[in-house]
Amino acid sequence: MNGLLAVADLRGDPRRRAHDRRMRRLLGGSALVTIVVSALILFVLARGTLDFLRSVGWDFGILRDSSKAPGWFPRRERFDLLTIFTGSVIMGMIAMLVAVPLGLGTAVYLSEFAPSKVRKVLKPIVEVLAGIPSVIVGYFALKFIAPNIVNPIFSPDQPRNMLVSGLAIGVLVVPIMASISEDALRAVPSSLREASYGIGARKSTTTIRIVLPAAVSGIVAAFIIATSRAIGETMVAAMAGGRDGSGPRTLNPLEPGLTMTAAMTNAAGGTDQVNSGAPFQVLFFVGLLLFMMTMTLNVIGDRFVQRVRQQY
Amino acid sequence: MSNETAGNLSVTAVPLISEVKERQMANEMSESPVFAVKDLSVKYGEFRAVRDVTLDIGEHQITAFIGPSGCGKTTVLRCLNRMNDFIDSAKVEGLVEYHGVDLYNSEVNPNEVRRRIGMVFQKPNPFPKSIFDNVAYGPRLVGGISKSDLNDLVEQSLRRAALWDEVKDRLKASALGLSGGQQQRLCIARCIAVQPDVILMDEPCSALDPIATARIEDLMQEIKKDYTIIIVTHNMQQAARVSDRTAFFTTEVNTESDRRTGVMVEFDLTQKIFSVPSDERTESYVTGRFG
Repeated sequence: MNGLLAVADLRGDPRRRAHDRRMRRLLGGSALVTIVVSALILFVLARGTLDFLRSVGWDFGILRDSSKAPGWFPRRERFDLLTIFTGSVIMGMIAMLVAVPLGLGTAVYLSEFAPSKVRKVLKPIVEVLAGIPSVIVGYFALKFIAPNIVNPIFSPDQPRNMLVSGLAIGVLVVPIMASISEDALRAVPSSLREASYGIGARKSTTTIRIVLPAAVSGIVAAFIIATSRAIGETMVAAMAGGRDGSGPRTLNPLEPGLTMTAAMTNAAGGTDQVNSGAPFQVLFFVGLLLFMMTMTLNVIGDRFVQRVRQQY
Repeated sequence: MSNETAGNLSVTAVPLISEVKERQMANEMSESPVFAVKDLSVKYGEFRAVRDVTLDIGEHQITAFIGPSGCGKTTVLRCLNRMNDFIDSAKVEGLVEYHGVDLYNSEVNPNEVRRRIGMVFQKPNPFPKSIFDNVAYGPRLVGGISKSDLNDLVEQSLRRAALWDEVKDRLKASALGLSGGQQQRLCIARCIAVQPDVILMDEPCSALDPIATARIEDLMQEIKKDYTIIIVTHNMQQAARVSDRTAFFTTEVNTESDRRTGVMVEFDLTQKIFSVPSDERTESYVTGRFG
């Protein structure tokens, strides 16, 4: 080679550059579709909510109509939001009472105590459990939890009640709680554990005083994301929770109840089948509320996950 | 021990310094050593990391382990306070006696061992807690210490680690805000706070700049009268500067499997290792012809 180069010498193969461009557009396109679909969901929810509020009045007319007894009966235009909100909160709380100890215990065992051979088998199993269709957990609730656990101990009036449903939702979110917490625990550098052992600390002391505090933001994230999942769970709540909007604002978990999600399935295709007017439109309103609740939880959870990443 | 020698010095006529030093060494080695290691070998699974290490470590001395990467010096160091227990595949053979007790006896509790034989690691590893809580961690594990005693102990430990003046106004601040050198001195303070007998140091200065390194080296000289120190280092000048005795390790290549196994070549007074080593492998290493 002698003398100067021409630009053409360094231009490379134009076909390859075109290929790169096509790939970028294709991948960018699929990312765009995801965003557009999310935006459409939000749009549909917002429009439905708007229609609903227009028909019931901006003062939430029917919602606050004191001449009607509280309770959730859309066809009779009884929309007592507190009934279904309480249902969601109670079942969600029962679920987290199950999921936190079981999930966190599993995570600590896997990350700190399990021999590597056991961990290699157990961790994938936990992650597969996270993918079980919730309808199966619903059957598990009806065929196992209700007859074998709840009925013998509490003998409730109804076999389908908020306790049965809450316990089953708890089982459903254990893998999420366990998996995210375990990631947080393993992100704690082993040098910190060694420092603690090097002073003569036992394994359990090291876990409680060093590893868990260092992973706390990840564990909080796991808790929030699992809570969001528990509140958003539909099938188990609809199958095992009793689907009953008449127990208005009841706090007794042995009574049947209705979650926001189950109320929506009722309106869409279940017992309350309707397809026009306020009883139909309220579905969008509840949907939007649910969407905002879980999204807020997820955003907060994500903040905590970010904090774990920044720390090390 | 060292007090006794100092007492002798003041009574008798002043002997030559080298004489005193030699006598001191001889005394210390004739007494029962802190560690007596015999035929120590460590395997990771099928792979033999280091074999046939035999050495005695005297009280209130600084012993340096030097040698090229992969020669097993850190592995041997970690056998001395059973830190290898955490590696599932590690298997220790041979005898490690600490003040006459076999450390690998089944009745020995490794936590008790590590309380007496502290460790400072290559990378400073303060807990993500306050400076005070870092130092107080060990004493709180033992428990039964009053608040004022704990405060005193923390101050005393930080003073011994030459860190007190720099941190006394911000004991409640996070330890992660300290510089690397300060963090390493904090780790030394944390180690001292449980009042160990031996301090093992695994390349404690490799992540530090020369000024921070010099401070740690000064500190080692300062605290050696109270502790027995064993230091693994890549830095030969450091070994020459700080240690009384040096063990040189190297690797042997197994021609069949092409795997390297660490061996201890020579263990002697540091001065001798660096001036008139008895093995030519040591000589070529310390003169920089290899490694």
